[in-house]
Amino acid sequence: MDFLKRLFGSGNEGSRGKAKDRLKIVLIHDRTDISPQLLDSLRSEIIGVLTKYMDIDTQKIEIDLDHDEHEVALVANVPVLRIKRGKVDVDKE
Amino acid sequence: MARVIVTTSGKGGVGKTTSTANIAAALARFGKKVVAVDADVGLRNLDVIMGLENRVVYNFIDVIEKVCKLNQALVKDKRVPGLYLLPAAQTRTKDAVTPEQMIALCEELKPEFDFILLDCPAGIEGGFKNAAAGADEALVVTTPEIPSVRDADRIIGMLESMGKSPIRLIINRLRPNMVQDGDMLAKDDILDVLSIDLIGVVPEDENVIRSTNNGEPMTMSLDSPAAQAYLNIAERLLGRDVPLMDLESYATRGFLSRLKKFFKGKKK
Repeated sequence: MDFLKRLFGSGNEGSRGKAKDRLKIVLIHDRTDISPQLLDSLRSEIIGVLTKYMDIDTQKIEIDLDHDEHEVALVANVPVLRIKRGKVDVDKE
Repeated sequence: MARVIVTTSGKGGVGKTTSTANIAAALARFGKKVVAVDADVGLRNLDVIMGLENRVVYNFIDVIEKVCKLNQALVKDKRVPGLYLLPAAQTRTKDAVTPEQMIALCEELKPEFDFILLDCPAGIEGGFKNAAAGADEALVVTTPEIPSVRDADRIIGMLESMGKSPIRLIINRLRPNMVQDGDMLAKDDILDVLSIDLIGVVPEDENVIRSTNNGEPMTMSLDSPAAQAYLNIAERLLGRDVPLMDLESYATRGFLSRLKKFFKGKKK
């Protein structure tokens, strides 16, 4: 069947589809590339917000972008020492 | 007051200078007063593509450094009324200019022209930033290949953060035959991933090489597919609603040529 398709010029079995798939994946990664400076400032702001609500072990925080083939996720691992109960009134913020 | 448009791409060799020259000549043919500025300091080529290399005396760095007046550096194209070139310096480097000086230069040109087209160097460093600084709008040139589209995406992001608007895409060197055979990224494939407005598709055309050899932009005289595509882009820049060319018709291939390709392919 494949040879008939090629002979009659239908079908999309060339390299075009592969190019588009590869391009999409490359762009997902390029667009989420983050500079160390930006990641540092993100990290310190996240710590700032979290410490309003809980005591956290700031030395052991891990924040990074996790790339797999089709998507990128922001992964944060934050060891919590104690939740601050009754200290923060969110509505008044 | 002139509209200032930078032609850029990120990747080199995709047709920035050819596009700038042809769009500039086309706009002049439509009666506009146009200056094409070669912002590629140290690697100038717009003069050669336009066929004006023998008439270059001063360059825009001379203007910035007050070695000469602006009018002395402008090269008037005698073939099309209203078309001018402002050359780059060949013996200097990109850091001979600052973005502020580029902006000042464009301000000085603005009252004199309808369009200022800035031909940007490849790359994302100083040369690009200088050229882009002076512009309000941008044309991003890409070919239907992964490296070129990838670099275009990077450049679009940078132009957006610089506040350029509109930013529009030229897809250059498209081969309708290869798209039809499923062996080249199609217009829509590129638009899908780049999410940017298209201003034109320029088909691969041998006349581009001929016109470079002859030093005459195609839009000055030649009737060819690429020339038509650039004329259409110029019209769209003028706000006219011109439909995209039917590139499929350039791809019409008979049963026999497919038969030939089929047997050729089988030998591999």
